[in-house]
Amino acid sequence: MITLNGVTKSFDGGTAFAVRNVSFEVPAGAFVAIVGGSGSGKTTTLKTINRLIDADSGSIAIEGTPIQAIEPHALRRRIGYVFQGIGLFPHMNVAANIGITPQLLGWRTEEIRARTIELLDLVDLPREFATRMPSELSGGQRQRVGVARALAARPSIMLMDEPFGALDPLTRDALGVNYRRLHDRMKLTTLMVTHDVLEAVLLADRILVMRAGEIAADGPPRELLNDHPDIEVRTLMDMPRRQSTRVQSLLENGATHR
Amino acid sequence: MTSEASAWTAAWRLLPEYVSEHVVLSACALALGLLISLPLTVLAVRCPRVRWPVLAFASVIQTIPSLALLALFYPLLLALSALTQKLWGTSFSALGFLPSLLALTLYSMLPIIRNGVTAIVNLPAPIVEAARGVGMTDAQRLWRIELPLATPMLMAGVRTAAVWVIGAATLSTPVGQTSLGNYIFSGLQVENWVSVLFGCLAAALLALIVDQLLGLIESGTARRSPLRIVLGVSILVVGFAFAALPRIGGSATAYVIGAKNFSEQYILADLIAQRLGQAGHASTQKTGLGSVIAFRALSRDELDVYVDYSGTLWANVMRRTDTPAREVVLKELTVWLEREHGIALLGSLGFENAYALAMRRDRAEALGIRTIDDLARQAGALQMGSDLEFFERPEWQALQTAYGLTFAGRRQFQPTFMYKAVRDGEVDVISAFSSDGRIAADNLIVLEDPRQAILPYDAVVLLSPRRAKDPALHHALASLIGAVDIESMREANLEVDREVGKIPPAEAATRLDSRLRNATLSP
Repeated sequence: MITLNGVTKSFDGGTAFAVRNVSFEVPAGAFVAIVGGSGSGKTTTLKTINRLIDADSGSIAIEGTPIQAIEPHALRRRIGYVFQGIGLFPHMNVAANIGITPQLLGWRTEEIRARTIELLDLVDLPREFATRMPSELSGGQRQRVGVARALAARPSIMLMDEPFGALDPLTRDALGVNYRRLHDRMKLTTLMVTHDVLEAVLLADRILVMRAGEIAADGPPRELLNDHPDIEVRTLMDMPRRQSTRVQSLLENGATHR
Repeated sequence: MTSEASAWTAAWRLLPEYVSEHVVLSACALALGLLISLPLTVLAVRCPRVRWPVLAFASVIQTIPSLALLALFYPLLLALSALTQKLWGTSFSALGFLPSLLALTLYSMLPIIRNGVTAIVNLPAPIVEAARGVGMTDAQRLWRIELPLATPMLMAGVRTAAVWVIGAATLSTPVGQTSLGNYIFSGLQVENWVSVLFGCLAAALLALIVDQLLGLIESGTARRSPLRIVLGVSILVVGFAFAALPRIGGSATAYVIGAKNFSEQYILADLIAQRLGQAGHASTQKTGLGSVIAFRALSRDELDVYVDYSGTLWANVMRRTDTPAREVVLKELTVWLEREHGIALLGSLGFENAYALAMRRDRAEALGIRTIDDLARQAGALQMGSDLEFFERPEWQALQTAYGLTFAGRRQFQPTFMYKAVRDGEVDVISAFSSDGRIAADNLIVLEDPRQAILPYDAVVLLSPRRAKDPALHHALASLIGAVDIESMREANLEVDREVGKIPPAEAATRLDSRLRNATLSP
């Protein structure tokens, strides 16, 4: 469970706010997506939770414990973190990358080895990839390693920042579906930031729409897709349907009405 | 044997000692530099506020000419040494290894720090974010991610530093540290170009080899090839051990002979070494020293013996301004050195190396000039030539006061060109050194100084306080006292200084030695 209460963050000492008075709760086992345009504060909100960015005010708790009570590095070892840049360590092989958090936590070597194999299976990578270097992998394979690394120390909470944003559409869809299955099977609590409404709609149980550092809408995909009173939220959420209508019209009339 | 061939042979003989000293000095400076630079690099990376001052400091050091940096450390350490003597009753040597080490260490820091900071600051942002995201502490991120990824570029900085240090180490000769620079400095002084070339080539070759080995390690870190790293490190370590071994337990009991930075001094140091050798005593030499540095080093027992000149000691060390007679100077000097410094003045070698006024013999005879008094009467019609510093020196002041010299014109030359000018009649009178070999070779005469305006500059042998009563040293050098006449010294100087057919100082010393022996055997 993740709880945010009145979280505020400004990067210029209080003139402009990246995040302003944001409160929400992600219950255990939920899959919540934050959508919104560039600069809406969704990434900043996410990063305040594992203290990659410290909030100016408000309170944040995971599993009921205020995050200020935990050393930042200890907090991050308890939370899985996947982001668009992936950030695999180029001088370590796949196994060493996946096993890094367990190693920092002082797991025994055999335990780490067994866990690495388990995770390679889980993210659908061949076991012999363990000894490959990151430079030898494709983009999709790298992000699978990134997901495996985030899951290595059996966190209950996963934070994902545009995790599949840099991948080609097919890989992106496959990885998304794959991850959703993992989420259910392992009873994870996931908070995912994405600018792709369709991805959010198809993967998440609940969607938060952010605008100018504040939450503009909060609800299950079905609810937000049906005539939300806020015009901007409605336009944003309507996007996948409008696109699919255009594709449909192309198929029927040979032209799209742009 | 041609003179070039003998110069090569002489250079080869000195190579083991010079390379050994050079390698040990450079390696220590580089190691110390690395030891200081790495924490500074980390500090500069972590605190952007100190990054600029650290890099600026390192850059400023780089802009100081290395020779000046080396020279500055000598008085600094001297003051520090005096302070520790006062506080704790122990002092350390401000000459030689220590100032060289510190200056070169400072010199090595910029490329290491700059490359290290650049490499770490410019690491891809996702890698740093991932390192934080997986839960690394700052220290873990440094050791596991930042330093390993920065190592190839850091090693490139170490390579640059190594080449700079090995090059700049040749400049440590004037502060009394033996290095490959001894070839260059002594070679420049006596215009022995073979020696200069030899020193340059040796230093360049050493720098090249070290650069290649460090390059091997650098590529090893970049390609994660332990073989290259191990190979590079092993060869460097073995090379260092080979260079350092001869120093350990080597010449602890050997006498240390000093020499200032001109031909006569090199020859006399070699002459003393040969006399000591004949008596069965080992010796080492510190040559190319500045005048003040040589005396300080002797008084602090860092040298055991060297030759200085009575007038220099009288004016520069005793700070006397009067010009009494030769015997008075020698006597007072001997007493004063013994009382103030515990230094023994063994005696005068028998010749003088003073500033003197010289003319071509035929010209002087034609004008009827024998003394400076004669000269003063005709100076208004004559041209005077001097070296670059003579007119600034107290000797010139003294001459003017005593004789009232006013010339028709005054010109300044490099010494070689000054002799050429008087030979060709471009100038009539020059400021010469009385023991210069070119006086005889060019058929010049030294004008007498009846008013004793110029101090006597007798060459005297000085022994350090520690060796002042050393019977072996007294015994071995006693035969030199009063034995070196001015003609013999001029001849030896000429053999080293002349432009055609010159020989190395050591060989000139050997010839001088045998001439002196023949003179004493057949009076």
